[in-house]
Amino acid sequence: MASIDIAAIHKSYGSIPVLHGVDLTIRDGEFVVLVGPSGCGKSTLLRMIAGLEEISAGEIHIGGVCVNDLQPKDRDIAMVFQSYALYPHMSVADNMSYSLRLRRAAKEVIAGKIATAATTLGLENLLQRRPRALSGGQRQRVAMGRAIVRAPKAFLFDEPLSNLDARLREQMRGEIKRLHLRLGATSIYVTHDQIEAMTLADRIVAMNAGLVQQVGSPLDLYARPANLFVAGFIGSPAMNMFEGTYRAHGAGFAVITKDGAAIPLGRAYPCEDGTSVTVGIRPEHVAISSAGGVAAPVDLVEPTGFGTILHLRAFGTDLKAFTLERQTVRVGENLPVALPPERLHLFDAQGIRLG
Amino acid sequence: MTRRFILGTIAHRLAILAYVAVALFPLYWLLKVSVTPNDLLYSEGVRMWPSRTSFEHYAFVLEHSDFPKFFKNSVIVSASTAFIVTILASLAGYALSRFAFRGKYWIVVLMLLTQMFPLVMLVAPIFKMLAPLGLTNSLTGLVVVYVAFNVPFATFLMQSFFDGIPKDLEEAAMIDGATRFRAFRQIILPLTLPGIAATLGFVFTAAWSELLFALMLISGVDASTFPVGLLTFVSKFSVDFGQMMAAGVMALIPACLFFLLIQRYLVQGLTAGAVKG
Repeated sequence: MASIDIAAIHKSYGSIPVLHGVDLTIRDGEFVVLVGPSGCGKSTLLRMIAGLEEISAGEIHIGGVCVNDLQPKDRDIAMVFQSYALYPHMSVADNMSYSLRLRRAAKEVIAGKIATAATTLGLENLLQRRPRALSGGQRQRVAMGRAIVRAPKAFLFDEPLSNLDARLREQMRGEIKRLHLRLGATSIYVTHDQIEAMTLADRIVAMNAGLVQQVGSPLDLYARPANLFVAGFIGSPAMNMFEGTYRAHGAGFAVITKDGAAIPLGRAYPCEDGTSVTVGIRPEHVAISSAGGVAAPVDLVEPTGFGTILHLRAFGTDLKAFTLERQTVRVGENLPVALPPERLHLFDAQGIRLG
Repeated sequence: MTRRFILGTIAHRLAILAYVAVALFPLYWLLKVSVTPNDLLYSEGVRMWPSRTSFEHYAFVLEHSDFPKFFKNSVIVSASTAFIVTILASLAGYALSRFAFRGKYWIVVLMLLTQMFPLVMLVAPIFKMLAPLGLTNSLTGLVVVYVAFNVPFATFLMQSFFDGIPKDLEEAAMIDGATRFRAFRQIILPLTLPGIAATLGFVFTAAWSELLFALMLISGVDASTFPVGLLTFVSKFSVDFGQMMAAGVMALIPACLFFLLIQRYLVQGLTAGAVKG
């Protein structure tokens, strides 16, 4: 196991820059998830750590050693690919033992490690099969097995669950987390699925447009998003946003929306009176049928079984609310809604969090 | 509906049968003439099968002509050409498929360009180049020329096979601890066997049946290949059709054997299961 230090990493393809200076330290044994929309550079960063992409500028250290000029084979890392990348002409056992055979491990050692990995992943009865004779979930397990048979310095996962159906994905997610708790291996996991990010990560690295937007624990990112991007990306359904102006209002402060509605704030924020701001609130924090609420017409009702997503019109914009209660309300009716001040997030005109 | 389907199937099969008959008829005629005794060759008129068959032409060709020597020369030239071209084309095709490098576009253009000239145009300059090197009238010279002409097409052929193999596979191998060359050798090449078989077969048959350069570069019997040798059955005053056809049938044997050997690799689908599909 080892820590990974990423310092001022840049990447460009020809004249097109993809990563604009990424700094990140991953502690020994930590599970870090890189999350962001397609094209944000998260996979590129992972492939640079693996040695599959050249580094345009900056340095990557694995276990204190600069690996910029090391071949992938000399970096001692393991990687699980989105496509699994199993060797089709080898049996499951040969797929898993390939790395050990390359290192000329003794036959008994290889057999022992394969047996252990197979038991861990429930592959005992499939060892002699070829990849084409396996289901998607089984292939995924073999890909994991190939990574865990040796004890590499770090595990890299490149969207390993994207090709599985929803139920299997949920199951494998749990298995990956359990495996990490058991092995305690330094892991970097790339995904665009924020549920995977939230559930698996010790720390999440939210990326957008080649820049790290925020690094923190999953609940950190959820409760205190550093900017509008993170606020909008983490959480489903996504956070509601209102643009407006920060003004003194009555005894305290409020955000006055474009059509004049006031969203009262619980406290003063570090900005001038009259500044343009964006105020955000998560759908699950929108309070329904509380005293003193604003009447909001219902636009759409989406029951999820688990709860209900209500699309409303309020404060001059669309507003989503999520409630665990069964809602019998119909489209066109009014619901009283309130935005609890302690649940509001305020961002300045550049999208940076205030207060 | 069913009736129409049956009729359609019958028409389809008949069309295939007609095509196969047309394609194979010359081969049949080759076989038929090769077993027709000389005295019946001109006396029986056009018949589908002679009233009496004999292997006298085969015996004569094997015992009293230089055909065994031609045959051996052809095997040496074709096998060497196929072997060398396949190795070069595998490496070059892999490079074109996987790497971005300076001048790649122009190399591809240049290779395409070489395929655009009628070979006849090049006979004189090639002779002029090979003569001072002592490569005319030698099998080595023929191999050099055949390799040069076959590498571009074979490279494109191999490139298309490499393009069909996911890049993830060799990246996984490299992370597992292989060098790029080892990943190429142990992971990618085994998956390209159908492509290699196709390339080998293609180049072998091309070299096996090449006449133009063999005729122009070779003058003695010692270095003649069998297409040139076949012409020795044509003399000033007569053509020994029986012996020529017998030699032709025997010349078909290696090509057939070769395809029998590699046909199982020509069957595609080895990469199934590598990635989610």
